[in-house]
Amino acid sequence: MMNNTATLGRISVDDTHNSRARQDVLRSAGPAVTQGNAMNQTATVEQVRVEDLHKSYGDNEVLKGVSLSANSGDVISIIGSSGSGKSTWLRCINFLENPTSGRIVVGGKEVGLTRNRKGDLVVADPKQLQQIRTRLSMVFQHFNLWSHMTVLENVIEAPIHVLGIPKAEVMERAERYLERVGVWNLRNAYPAHMSGGQQQRVAIARALAMEPSVLLFDEPTSALDPELVGEVLKVMRSLAEEGRTMLVVTHEMGFAREVSNHVIFVHRGRVEEEGNPKEVLVRPQSERLQQFLSGSLK
Amino acid sequence: MELFDFQVITTSLPEFWRGLLMTLQLTGIALLAGFAGAVPLAVARVSKNRWVSGPVAAYTYFFRGTPMLVQLLLIYYGAGQWQWMQEAWQAGHPFWLLFREPFFCALLAFGLNTCAYTIEIIAGAMRNTPHGEIEAAKAMGMSRYKALQRIVLPSSLRRMLPSYSNEVILMLQGSAIASAVTLVDITGAARNVYSRHFAPFEAFVFAGLVYLVLTFVLVGLFKYAEGRWLAHLAPRKAGKKLEA
Repeated sequence: MMNNTATLGRISVDDTHNSRARQDVLRSAGPAVTQGNAMNQTATVEQVRVEDLHKSYGDNEVLKGVSLSANSGDVISIIGSSGSGKSTWLRCINFLENPTSGRIVVGGKEVGLTRNRKGDLVVADPKQLQQIRTRLSMVFQHFNLWSHMTVLENVIEAPIHVLGIPKAEVMERAERYLERVGVWNLRNAYPAHMSGGQQQRVAIARALAMEPSVLLFDEPTSALDPELVGEVLKVMRSLAEEGRTMLVVTHEMGFAREVSNHVIFVHRGRVEEEGNPKEVLVRPQSERLQQFLSGSLK
Repeated sequence: MELFDFQVITTSLPEFWRGLLMTLQLTGIALLAGFAGAVPLAVARVSKNRWVSGPVAAYTYFFRGTPMLVQLLLIYYGAGQWQWMQEAWQAGHPFWLLFREPFFCALLAFGLNTCAYTIEIIAGAMRNTPHGEIEAAKAMGMSRYKALQRIVLPSSLRRMLPSYSNEVILMLQGSAIASAVTLVDITGAARNVYSRHFAPFEAFVFAGLVYLVLTFVLVGLFKYAEGRWLAHLAPRKAGKKLEA
């Protein structure tokens, strides 16, 4: 907890105020706001908190105590050069990687952890692990759609076979979210027959169909041809405007600056600088962020 | 003497027909049983636990490492060499008596053999499942078992089709060795016809034709199956619209 307050302490009071205020406006914006788990909660409900997370591969410590906290409606961009540990951080949150130490709180509930034989932390209760993973849906850099299933089958698979929701209801969801990302007309196509941008939008619909409280994006546009990046970012921006809680590991500085309300710059496994993107990205304090931005901003 | 005496064939058609049924029964049952056993054993084969994968690896190594004819002779002639087996036969034990039946012995040898090959085919396909797809299954909250049942196996059993069609065809041709243990399959029928009419050319050419036709049918069946279940890996057909 100490660490958490320490890192968050860099955000000035005004910034926090602004970002929360922005969400309040969004929250009352439209009918979409009543959809999904995340949206039923008030603006200050904490969805995910990560405290003092460490991760080592052998002697190589890739995360050296990082913390974040996401309330509903927050869109947090995690930026940094490759190898900085930002993807590992995100993957530790839904336990695709097992952290070496740290605390994770999902939906107000502390995740019960235990050590495995390798000495990494794993979720003690498989039920809770499943719960975490269905509350936090992930969109991957390489889409990772199930190749033997059509678009529609990809989207309805987990809601039916993991959440146990009746098929008729899931079909409604699938139609809604595939329409939402603009690929309903491709519902009977196989992933391999589609463009990267289309596949990534299907992957987003697949994540949405779980109606998660938080969406995790792991470099969602990094594997796309430049001309396809826009269509995916557009969908992500509209999701943010709908008030969804999102953690986005990205190289898209435009997205980080304009869409997210909080940005975290990771360097060599540490949070080097964070805060309101309009502050942090425009007037970076640390030399490293200045360097990073001069290299990546066009 | 004519070049090809059709009379030899036409008079032996009933015998060839019975031989055909024998070949179909032997290969059909052996393939079905072998496949049914291969699916769970392939799952064990790819297990990270050596105590689980080790015995299966030893089994496939033995059956892929020795000729099927040797396996068949070992089971059919070898079993009677054991004292306890003979005693069991004398006592009229219903299970061990099966080892005196050439049909059962051939089925056992063929089934164990094709099972071993099929295990390695399925296990290979499972190991080639794209890692990202398994990761996505995990991230969506699937347990290991669920991911196996919903993602890894369905995808592997489709991708194995081309190599499995090979195994099925080899099994059909391999079943010709059943005639070594007195069974009259297509090859056995041809042998009988040859010795009766002393017309080796007619007898074996016709037997060969029957195998050719069977293979042709199998190839067609697998082509259909691949079109149905492997469409997701096929190149997109020109002019075919993706939109529904």
